[in-house]
Amino acid sequence: MMDRRSFLKTATLGTAAACVSTVAEARPNLEPAPEAVGMLYDATLCIGCKACVSACKETNSMDPVINGGNSQYDSAMDLSSDTLNVIKVYSNGTAEVKDSETDGFAFEKRSCMHCVDPGCVSVCPVTAMRQDPLTGIVTHHADACIGCRTCMGGCPYNVPQFEYDEAFGRIQKCQMCNQEGVERISKGGMTACAEVCPTGATLFGPRTQLLEEAKRRMTLKEGDTYNYPRGDISKPDSYHEKDLDANYHNHVWGEKEAGGTNVMHISAIPFDKLGMPPLEDRSYASKSETLQHTLYKGMALPAVALAGLTYMVKRNKDKDGEE
Amino acid sequence: MSQAKPLGGTIFTPFFIAMMVVFAIGMYFLGVRFMNGIGAVANINGGYPWGIWVVYDVVIGTALACGGYALAITIYLFNKGQYHPLMRAALLASLLGYALGGVGAFIDMGRYWQFYHLMMPQHMNFNSVMLEVGLCVATYILVLIIEFAPAFLERIGAKGLLKALDKVLFLFIAIGILLPTMHQSSLGSFLVAMGYKISPLWQSVYMQPVLALLTALCMGFSIVIFEASMSKAAFDLDDETHLLSKIGKIIVGLLTAYLVVRFGEIIVNGKFGLIFAGGKNSLLFILETALFVIPLVILTSEKKRNNPSILLWAAVSMLFAGSLYRFNAFLLTYNPGPGYSYFPSVGEIMVTLGIIAFEVMTYIVLVKTLPVLHKPKHA
Repeated sequence: MMDRRSFLKTATLGTAAACVSTVAEARPNLEPAPEAVGMLYDATLCIGCKACVSACKETNSMDPVINGGNSQYDSAMDLSSDTLNVIKVYSNGTAEVKDSETDGFAFEKRSCMHCVDPGCVSVCPVTAMRQDPLTGIVTHHADACIGCRTCMGGCPYNVPQFEYDEAFGRIQKCQMCNQEGVERISKGGMTACAEVCPTGATLFGPRTQLLEEAKRRMTLKEGDTYNYPRGDISKPDSYHEKDLDANYHNHVWGEKEAGGTNVMHISAIPFDKLGMPPLEDRSYASKSETLQHTLYKGMALPAVALAGLTYMVKRNKDKDGEE
Repeated sequence: MSQAKPLGGTIFTPFFIAMMVVFAIGMYFLGVRFMNGIGAVANINGGYPWGIWVVYDVVIGTALACGGYALAITIYLFNKGQYHPLMRAALLASLLGYALGGVGAFIDMGRYWQFYHLMMPQHMNFNSVMLEVGLCVATYILVLIIEFAPAFLERIGAKGLLKALDKVLFLFIAIGILLPTMHQSSLGSFLVAMGYKISPLWQSVYMQPVLALLTALCMGFSIVIFEASMSKAAFDLDDETHLLSKIGKIIVGLLTAYLVVRFGEIIVNGKFGLIFAGGKNSLLFILETALFVIPLVILTSEKKRNNPSILLWAAVSMLFAGSLYRFNAFLLTYNPGPGYSYFPSVGEIMVTLGIIAFEVMTYIVLVKTLPVLHKPKHA
């Protein structure tokens, strides 16, 4: 009896010590990739033409989604396995004034945010979601995927979408036009959505430059005139001058949220009104991995536990046999 | 050699035939799922990637299959050999529960033909909770087969093999205690990465594995009480109440620990007010808590514990409590944001019922043909 008690005591203390020593090494948020590329979506520039939606479909060979009788326009309402990029509308009251929170309307883009510390990459059991170590682009590899859809639950933005209507479906998501066979970024180009955007509402470029640009715009006031670039911020195709019709809401979405994103948004409307999720700065991936690596680092804890269990079971089983 | 004996008797009772019908309907919908895709049967969508096939079949189903795990801890860790008569039935139910949890995971897998990637080192992502759960559950199914093998070997009279297996069985029993400890806690860890989608009353972050494990153990012990009571009624077996009531006492300890951690986490993180905030989530939390408290109140009283039917009610309440805890966290209060909702379709429910029917049928066939249960009475 004393034997077992002292054994359990030692085992518990050992386990606790192992836990404490590893908890100290909590995994922090990942940092932006050294040459991170992304996009800046400025909702105040968006005119809702959805050129980006059709360019995206063309690049990814996806059919338009038609809602109602209107077959002129792709009328996808939300992301799906056929729509990797969508423009949504915010409206309030009479919806008369653009970029006004009350009695106004505003556009909002939804596509993969290419998280700096992506949940989908962290939770995927078979490494089918991958983040490029240089550019930070998050790609999906269906040849590895088992279709467990943990990435969908682990994505704060509900970006990965499974083809539920196919017998042999796959996950679809925006891969920043750099998936195998497209590789626009690797070839020095930009994303299709940024390329076709007539107003520069979707701007492509290095994350650091985009973040600087976003912060610069935060300092502008209603009535100011600003020279907005189009295309790739590191080598803009052209500029256009525009007076600000509304003040920016002072918040660059994606600077810090859940570790930050490479696709950032700015708008005149607070982001919770635009359906952005309630995120803290700490990424869920970092919490989940801290927990997993505390429990399973080097499989030390399970190994110790198994040794103890084997000893106890053998001892009690032999005693049983004698009875 | 155990004193368990095959029960014999007819297999095709009216109940059994009813189960076959349920199974057949489930198989029809399963056929549709494989022919036309998951969406042709299930209501899961872009915001709710996991429906009842994951949450019931895997997350709840394997917790309900923790009887073998719970008893192994009692018998081999705390050296309570007197529980041996309950072991084989519990192991069989665990084996069936886990095997069908595995089947549930497979049919829910969107790209099931690549499932073996889980076992290929070049694909493994060691940050992933899903990898740990997948590998651990798969291994545990094999361990359960080995642990249950003596029943089969006794039946065919393979004495040599039985003796050889008995010599190494201790190792498999030890692994069979370690593995559920790992993956049952990890089933809770799943929720960490889902962040805000999990309602604050259920998002306990680092406490997730502790709460998942404690409830799984409580459910494991409760299912032992439940199965023993059902088998006794169905097959006219020995009365095991003296053993079962002691199991009830173990549940009291575990349940107390659970409630302390559960409410401790809520209070420390300032979420206590949410319980009374009103609305669906408050209601579900209160209902869930009531289901946990009922068995605690019943089982604390020695007199009630020794009454077989009250004991059974306590176990049933505990099983519902643990199941609702999982349903609440993973589905009923799960909120991926505006525009998404989920309620299982008829086909989806029928597939799950078909799986359960298969489990019940297999259990009946095996206890009638293999030495699992104890009959007739022995002094």
